[in-house]
Amino acid sequence: MAQNNDRINQALQALREKAAGQWREFTGSTIPRIHIGMATCGLAAGAQETRDAFEAQLKKDNIQAVIHPIGCHGHCYAEPLVIIDHPASGLPPIMYQKVNEGKAVMLVKNFLKGNDPLLEHMYGAMEESDTIPAVMLFPRFNMEKRVIMDKCGRINPADINEYLALGGYAALGAALSLAPEAIVETVTASGLRGRGGAGFPTGRKWQFAAQQNAAEKVVVCNADEGDPGAYMDRTILESNPHQVIEGMIICARAIGAGRGVMYVRAEYPLAVKLVTRALEQARELNLLGQNILGSDFSFDIEVFQGSGAFVCGEETALIRSVEGYRGMPRHRPPFPVEHGLNGRPTVINNVKTLATIAPIIENGAEWFRSIGTEKSPGTAIFSIVGHVLYPGLVEIPMGETLRSLIFDICGGIPDKREFKAVQIGGPSGGCLPASFLDTPIDFDSLTAAGAMMGSGGMVVMNDETCMVNVARYFLDFTQKESCGKCTFCRIGTRHLLEILDRITKGQGKPEDLARLEWLAAAVKQGSLCGLGKTAPNPVITSLKYFRQEYEAHINDGVCPALMCRDLIAYYIDLDKCARGCDACVGCCPTEAIFTTANRKKGIDQEKCIKCGECRHVCIPLYNAVGKASPPGTVPMIEKPKVPVKDND
Amino acid sequence: MIKLYIDNWEIHATEGISVLQAALDSEIYIPNLCWVREMTDPPASCRLCFVEIAGRPAPVTACTTIVENDMEVHTDTEAVRELQRTSLKLLLSAHHVDCGHCPANKKCELQNLARFLKVKLKPAEFPTYQPTGLIDTSHPHLDYNRDRCVLCGRCVNACRDKNGRPLFTFAGRGSETIVTPLFPPAGQALDKDASLVCVDLCPTGALTRKG
Ligand SMILES: Cc1cc2nc3c(=O)[nH]c(=O)nc-3n(C[C@H](O)[C@H](O)[C@H](O)COP(=O)(O)O)c2cc1C
Ligand code: SF4
Ligand code: SF4
Ligand code: SF4
Ligand code: FES
Repeated sequence: MAQNNDRINQALQALREKAAGQWREFTGSTIPRIHIGMATCGLAAGAQETRDAFEAQLKKDNIQAVIHPIGCHGHCYAEPLVIIDHPASGLPPIMYQKVNEGKAVMLVKNFLKGNDPLLEHMYGAMEESDTIPAVMLFPRFNMEKRVIMDKCGRINPADINEYLALGGYAALGAALSLAPEAIVETVTASGLRGRGGAGFPTGRKWQFAAQQNAAEKVVVCNADEGDPGAYMDRTILESNPHQVIEGMIICARAIGAGRGVMYVRAEYPLAVKLVTRALEQARELNLLGQNILGSDFSFDIEVFQGSGAFVCGEETALIRSVEGYRGMPRHRPPFPVEHGLNGRPTVINNVKTLATIAPIIENGAEWFRSIGTEKSPGTAIFSIVGHVLYPGLVEIPMGETLRSLIFDICGGIPDKREFKAVQIGGPSGGCLPASFLDTPIDFDSLTAAGAMMGSGGMVVMNDETCMVNVARYFLDFTQKESCGKCTFCRIGTRHLLEILDRITKGQGKPEDLARLEWLAAAVKQGSLCGLGKTAPNPVITSLKYFRQEYEAHINDGVCPALMCRDLIAYYIDLDKCARGCDACVGCCPTEAIFTTANRKKGIDQEKCIKCGECRHVCIPLYNAVGKASPPGTVPMIEKPKVPVKDND
Repeated sequence: MIKLYIDNWEIHATEGISVLQAALDSEIYIPNLCWVREMTDPPASCRLCFVEIAGRPAPVTACTTIVENDMEVHTDTEAVRELQRTSLKLLLSAHHVDCGHCPANKKCELQNLARFLKVKLKPAEFPTYQPTGLIDTSHPHLDYNRDRCVLCGRCVNACRDKNGRPLFTFAGRGSETIVTPLFPPAGQALDKDASLVCVDLCPTGALTRKG
């Protein structure tokens, strides 16, 4: 054994030295480095065009610089994000936000060619310095705690050597020298709970699998990620796939598995590409395959592309889908750890769970427990979208409050609007009102509040959001994504949706609320799998916390948030409308806007289709287009019999 | 042999069988629809066979619960009946109740279930089902009427178990899910007897013989 350990360490040491050498050469040179965030969020904001612009301008000005594609920093609101490290300038590396093609050209011309770092466009310096304020001064940076995403946005995800150079695969080396039981013990002692939603203790899951007496076992990484609005797992795979792969290898070693499956949805082509490349590179370096690093342990991983059904994220449906069948959940027990893929004991873990393993093995269970809360140690990653100033990915210690996450870290609600609710846990989660803002973020507190950690999707909503409509939106999703197998979920969610639909159209009946409650409880209790069991949560929580909003729709035909189209009307406030202004006229698709006798504007309610365009284009200074509910309450404006000309 | 109590009756059952089978074998009826005797892996999809078991917090499906020594099962509690009624009402709300024109009239399991659970065939809680009129006649030996199918899956699951491979499959998702015939590779005929096994298993009038 000792002999073997030496061999493993030597093999790993050789890989790490080579990688460190390459990294030193890269970071030690005086040639400027341009780091561009090129994960899907960056690309969607135009990172490829930015990169092309940099390349073209560098060539034009004949400047030598290295373009270094990196993954996502989590600051999706600031994409395309570029960091320029220009050692010769004497300045620290500087982060620039929203670098479009024009800014890229300017940065080359002014900073790399001239010596002006264009500080008016910067976000901040990546290091403390006397000259430039550092990004770490902002709460969006310094309140985060990065364990899982530590290397995201720092390395090129397509180059295994960069991961190795920053300490990657050291945990694997350590794990290979440990007895499998010792690995399980460390993970158990760390208190790690599964990040795929339910928070099941990972150590316990591994132990069940390790105990199974079977010739073949399997490790599956669940990267199905079907919740609308959630994209943490994609980002991790696109920014640092090796940390997930390393976690899978360590898991395989701990439970004695020989086969690994990375289940990625086919709608994530970039993630599939980068993971596939990462696996090839790991194989080349013998970090995967036969006798890993010269040990007696062999393990390999294949990529399986899921066809994008939400229910295929459920573990038993996922297994069916890998086996080549329609992805339909089955009754548990037996659990996959006993009877999983092709009947073999199978550990299924979420991307984030697996990405947490290497740091735990490296730093120890005690270290991990020192982060977060007693019952939910470690960090949580949320993809925060909706009405916040700085949406994106955030990694925080468990136990942070919702308030500090939404207001301190993510900058609060934009456009001077009020916070109304936060939806946590995607379609399986719940909507919490302002009175829950001081709830700590951990598995148990969120569940107690009626929401759930879920996989980490979070939608923040301002006071212009109708909660009935939000519940309707999520039910529409689950209803369509139900696998159709069991009665309660297939038919029950359909009826729930129909009732919600009616309410938002102003056709609610007094008995609807009781029926919603009854049916929601039945679907929750009667459904076969987690999808149906949690699908009613958005209805249950919104009914509990925003009941008066439902009542207003049903009893008064009013949508208090002025959102439900059938219950509102647009009007023009003649006190605010500017004489002679006709900004709104051209935008109306139905020509519903007319000019009044004194050359202000009015809306012909017969023609108006309530698209809201006029409200958008009305000049903020006037802000003359209003909404009212119910529709009958809008002020009537007389339409002149003879049309009045606009510009005379 | 396992000894257990169902509704306070002492029952002896073979090890490894489900509570549902043990009860039915002892002439204690538990509503069920998707389960077929000797099925290897019950789908547990109809959600009708709920029972309460002493020591367990919530009702469980009897078809997926394996008998244990001294287990105490109750089939007729308020919680159980409420779930079963809701499940049946949901099934009926997605079913074209048109017994007068249905070949399964009088031998239909939905009618039996409704009688047993005292549920009206057109439950007032839900809007009336709007028939789609969809009838799949592409199969050489049988027709499939979507408006009568309750998606119990018997034809799919039992056929897989009995014929080695299913002659049907599920298609679509959510409330749009249907059953659709699976055709064998070109040149291979669809076995008539095997196909008719499925027709006989269908608890409603959804599958009917051709001609
Ligand atoms: C409808 C449904 C969808 C799910 N989707 C996912 C998913 O996209 N990713 C995931 O990791 N877990 C998902 N889960 C949870 C998995 O079934 C499983 O619990 C999880 O992958 C276990 O990993 P963990 O222990 O690391 O959390 C889903 C569960 C349900 C019921
Ligand atoms: S709860 Fe929904 S998704 Fe789950 S098995 Fe039943 S129908 Fe399928
Ligand atoms: S809401 Fe749309 S349709 Fe109605 S007046 Fe304004 S622009 Fe025209
Ligand atoms: S066709 Fe008959 S047996 Fe098949 S799923 Fe429908 S109701 Fe069940
Ligand atoms: S018979 Fe048990 S769920 Fe259908």
